[in-house]
Amino acid sequence: MHYGGKIIIGIVIFVGLLLSPFVFNVGKAYKQPELKLPANEKKCVESLEFMRTKHMQLLNEWRDWALRDGKRVYVNHEGKEFEISLQNTCMKCHKSKADFCDKCHNDAGVTPYCWDCHIQPEGLK
Amino acid sequence: MKNNRRNFIKLAGLAAAGLCVAPKTTLASGGGHSPVKPGANARNAKRWAMVVDTRRINTDEDIKALQDVCHAVHNVPDVPTNQNIMWIWSAPYEECFPEQHNPYLDDDVKERSYMLLCNHCDNPPCVRVCPTKATFKRPDGIVAMDYHRCIGCRYCMAGCPYGSRSFNFGEPREYLDPTKLNPEFPTRMRGVVEKCNFCVERLAKGLQPACVEASDGAIVFGDLADKDSDVRKVLRENFTIRRKPTAGTEPSVYYII
Repeated sequence: MHYGGKIIIGIVIFVGLLLSPFVFNVGKAYKQPELKLPANEKKCVESLEFMRTKHMQLLNEWRDWALRDGKRVYVNHEGKEFEISLQNTCMKCHKSKADFCDKCHNDAGVTPYCWDCHIQPEGLK
Repeated sequence: MKNNRRNFIKLAGLAAAGLCVAPKTTLASGGGHSPVKPGANARNAKRWAMVVDTRRINTDEDIKALQDVCHAVHNVPDVPTNQNIMWIWSAPYEECFPEQHNPYLDDDVKERSYMLLCNHCDNPPCVRVCPTKATFKRPDGIVAMDYHRCIGCRYCMAGCPYGSRSFNFGEPREYLDPTKLNPEFPTRMRGVVEKCNFCVERLAKGLQPACVEASDGAIVFGDLADKDSDVRKVLRENFTIRRKPTAGTEPSVYYII
């Protein structure tokens, strides 16, 4: 085989690189990020499971309802009313972006651009 | 069991019944379901409008005071170049009313400064030209901006005959004092157009716009469609003009001369 040695070395390096993440993490169990939950509020706008999986859809709808439809009160499934506002409702309970939002977002490798405009409760740096 | 049409329909019926009693959380924020309503104190109108009494608000200092209030409430940055962001600003007569020139105009009227802001037109060219519908007209006549959707193409700035829109060329937060922010209202990001929003967020809470509140009665705000409203009363009793009537945009900001 022409250039056989070089090709095989190349394949070995390629496969090594491909497998390196698995090799580095072998034996390490995945640990879920530990969030800091609000101290004085036990219930969120909707159920825990719903918020965990669908908060992005809810926030997306909130922003359209508030901004485009001018409806700024949300009635949840228990009939409780909330002002539709990321800054003034969500972040009044979740007092720290770093201890709540960032932990999961960093873990999942997503960077939503909410905070390019909205002011986090910690204030701007 | 034989699989025939009758069994299939029975099963489909059962499944549909099951869906009806499924936990409601799975259906929340599903299509068509909108568990929202306007706030209990929200101010409503068919056509919001503003009347500025230029007999009382006519110096740069008067207007600066209102501008400061407005800009503080909405976290508007003060950029020290010609890229500054303006929600309220002042201009001389010829700039404000370029079509109403009269060389022998009363000196008092000619020398006043006029408070300018977004006119929230009935027929807003900015809305017509916006390719993403980031700027839109609400049913109550307010021309609002959805900064989430703005792509910064600046067609609206070209379309607006009043220059009421500002573009964030740079990062607006660099020109804001972090200690003096209004934490109730967001800032903007780089690359979006912004302008006066007639304080929709304050109207939703039952408050008057910030400049109206700070003007001590010299600016009147209310519903044009209601003939008993304050604005209609003021318009009945005073001579008023609007900016650039020939542009055909039907502004909602009136000036008492």
